Amino acid sequence: TDIPRVHMNELDPEYRSHNKEEVNLGLTAEQAMMEAQRCLDCPNPTCMNGCPVSINIPTFVKQIEKGDFLEAAKTLKETSALPAVCGRVCPQEKQCESQCIYTQKLGKEAVAIGYLERFAADYERESGQISIPVIPEKNGIKVAVIGSGPAGLSFAGDMAQRGYDVTVFEALHEIGGVLKYGIPEFRLPNQIVDVEIDVLRQMGVQFITNCIIGKTISQEQLQAEGFKGIFIASGAGLPNFMNIPGENLVGVMSSNEYLTRVNLMDAANPESDTPVFMGKRVAVIGGGNTAMDSVRTARRLGAERAMIVYRRSEEEMPARIEEVKHAKEEGIEFLTLHNPIEYKGDARGRVTHMVLQKMELGEPDASGRRKPVVIEGAIEEIEVDEVIVSIGVSPNPLIPQSFSGLDVTKWGTIVVNQESMQSAVNHIYAGGDIVRGGATVILAMGDGRKAAAAMDADLKK
Amino acid sequence: MNKIVSKEHFSANVVKLEVEAPLIARSRKAGHFVIVKVGKTGERIPLTIAAADTEKGTITLVIQTVGESSRKLCELNEGDYITDLVGPLGQATHIEKVGTVVCAGGGVGCAPLLPIVEAMHKAGNRVIVVLAARSKDLVILEEQMKANSDEVIVMTDDGSYGKKGLVTNGIEEVINREEVNLCVTIGPAIMMKFVSLLTKKYNIPTVASLNTIMVDGTGMCGACRVSIGGKTKFVCVDGPEFDAHQVDFDEMIMRLGAYNGLGKK
Ligand SMILES: Cc1cc2nc3c(=O)[nH]c(=O)nc-3n(C[C@H](O)[C@H](O)[C@H](O)COP(=O)(O)OP(=O)(O)OC[C@H]3O[C@@H](n4cnc5c(N)ncnc54)[C@H](O)[C@@H]3O)c2cc1C
Ligand SMILES: Cc1cc2nc3c(=O)[nH]c(=O)nc-3n(C[C@H](O)[C@H](O)[C@H](O)COP(=O)(O)OP(=O)(O)OC[C@H]3O[C@@H](n4cnc5c(N)ncnc54)[C@H](O)[C@@H]3O)c2cc1C
Ligand code: SF4
Ligand code: SF4
Ligand code: FES
Repeated sequence: TDIPRVHMNELDPEYRSHNKEEVNLGLTAEQAMMEAQRCLDCPNPTCMNGCPVSINIPTFVKQIEKGDFLEAAKTLKETSALPAVCGRVCPQEKQCESQCIYTQKLGKEAVAIGYLERFAADYERESGQISIPVIPEKNGIKVAVIGSGPAGLSFAGDMAQRGYDVTVFEALHEIGGVLKYGIPEFRLPNQIVDVEIDVLRQMGVQFITNCIIGKTISQEQLQAEGFKGIFIASGAGLPNFMNIPGENLVGVMSSNEYLTRVNLMDAANPESDTPVFMGKRVAVIGGGNTAMDSVRTARRLGAERAMIVYRRSEEEMPARIEEVKHAKEEGIEFLTLHNPIEYKGDARGRVTHMVLQKMELGEPDASGRRKPVVIEGAIEEIEVDEVIVSIGVSPNPLIPQSFSGLDVTKWGTIVVNQESMQSAVNHIYAGGDIVRGGATVILAMGDGRKAAAAMDADLKK
Repeated sequence: MNKIVSKEHFSANVVKLEVEAPLIARSRKAGHFVIVKVGKTGERIPLTIAAADTEKGTITLVIQTVGESSRKLCELNEGDYITDLVGPLGQATHIEKVGTVVCAGGGVGCAPLLPIVEAMHKAGNRVIVVLAARSKDLVILEEQMKANSDEVIVMTDDGSYGKKGLVTNGIEEVINREEVNLCVTIGPAIMMKFVSLLTKKYNIPTVASLNTIMVDGTGMCGACRVSIGGKTKFVCVDGPEFDAHQVDFDEMIMRLGAYNGLGKK
């Protein structure tokens, strides 16, 4: 237990602020094996309680220690459809690593479970020996998946492994959901997602892009085509705005619009027909992962001043600690305890200034976080030429509006049985952000797995 | 991938494409649109479904070349494929028998107007179409409009065809001669703004179909947002049609210019 926790190898902050290369370089085999030694192979591995899909952590870590990297990757795949993705984007410090005995009992830094997971998955992919799960004989039962984000992909993988005939319908022209259109290349290269999708294809999963369920094909038509079960994984796609004056000025946009242009449409590439603003003074409103991704993207697209504007203090920021650290290294300014109240523009309607209200922390609110309160009269005006609003998203309303029989909350999420993910309609299940309102990749995947198990049991009855 | 089964030139820079899209043909209604992307590096652009043939499984698009993306699409030929095509999107037009309906289309706005003219006429309305264009060779769809309405008035800016004047002159002529119960207008934002000002003066309910900039067309990005009666709405999911008298056209025109001069276009 005396070995210090491994450090992730990273690109130099100045260098990486000008390109989209992945920031984290991964561990070397030596580093991984050394880190794996730290794991105590606890008889009661508390770390597993922190993982929403209960990855067998000590087993895969000890396989890495022995140098059985491909075996480690296999262990991961038993419970996670996308280990290379989760190893990169899971908020490990809040999940598995927060429950590791090192943090819980020894007062030391947790075993770097996420880094090791990424290492094993990357090793397998780079070795070219990706194991394709053996598919039992097809049972001929058709199931449909709506949405190709992490929830839909993990459901599809599990059902294909059980012999079902799986079709995934995706509204956009690319597969992957937020993994493609939201999370940027420098954090999760598209190619890594594509490899995982390819494995699903080889397992016989069919993908149909440019197809919006509820619009292109209706609920009734799906049933008429013989789909015996439907899994809704349509995500949280609707951006929230603050409804303050000037929010419709040119240059003010949602993080969804900004990231979609840059990630899905590759707008920063001169070859791409899609345009994107490349502001010099960019403010991003919010403190979550999406805000960090946006502000770091703006930096890479040439912003001299790239700012986070957040109404609470840094302690309350929901973003992953690693993202905040990376953002700071890249020279992002943090205007915490500031809240925009108005945007001003020029004669052409382009944003030129944001008006900020300074805040201080008051009493804790319902969420247990200290509530920001206005400091009367403390107002500041800052010059900006681009503002990215990143204050959260609401569930995608397409399915709740066009499907009948579903039980929908006033927030627009679909109500399901927590254990089986079954909705109010027998053969329809749902999971991921459309149920949770906005969560994480691994929680969405966990939902997909649960739904697959429950639907399978139900269809076999 | 959707195959182009036929192509026709309406004018030098207006093209009609009939595209294979059986699922969309089956589920679309008047007022719906699609998002189209040409090539791997293409942009997603919205286009109204001008017509559909459920038997052939095709939809018809009428496209005016205004920039790079519409040009790429108009350069495709019969037998070529459109890389990505998704729809039908938006809310369908509310079709009802109200009496006399004036349908005012400007430029390429005449294409998305056609299915509405058809549906309004079928619903038993007296339909008067006002088609406006800069000059004679830019007037499109006159025959199709005639076949589906009670009267077609053509207005040209230069008087080279029909009557000389703006679309608003044509509408006002009808208003002065008979009772108008509803006006539907589609065209450049500036034109819709003036139509809206005119009908407001006469208290005639008016619907405008807004053609904002879009990315996904499914309510995900907010690029298409407009102010309707002071509230922000998304054209792709809440529209594209709105009560014209509530639309903040000045803001819309400003937002349409968002990417002008960015170098790419
Ligand atoms: C910028 C950003 C950064 C993030 N960073 C992290 C992170 O670091 N770590 C983390 O754990 N989580 C992160 N998240 C959250 C995480 O990405 C989501 O919780 C997760 O993707 C939810 O998965 P999902 O499968 O429910 O939905 P999504 O990934 O949203 O996928 C839904 C898919 O369904 C499609 N769809 C919607 N309606 C229909 C329809 N009617 N027909 C067909 N298709 C439809 C959509 O186009 C979309 O592709 C981030 C989110 C964003 C936006
Ligand atoms: C719901 C909807 C339905 C539409 N239906 C049709 C249709 O049936 N046929 C058709 O030809 N067009 C239609 N449009 C407009 C069409 O989407 C645009 O012309 C197209 O996106 C322009 O792309 P571009 O790259 O060729 O031009 P750009 O290079 O993007 O633009 C060139 C010039 O056109 C202006 N412009 C950009 N977007 C629009 C727009 N949406 N409307 C008007 N001017 C614009 C710009 O300000 C610029 O000056 C529709 C738009 C919407 C929102
Ligand atoms: S999937 Fe996420 S939570 Fe589970 S072990 Fe891996 S990094 Fe930890
Ligand atoms: S709790 Fe920590 S030390 Fe124990 S098995 Fe899990 S990772 Fe290893
Ligand atoms: S086009 Fe993206 S929300 Fe309307």
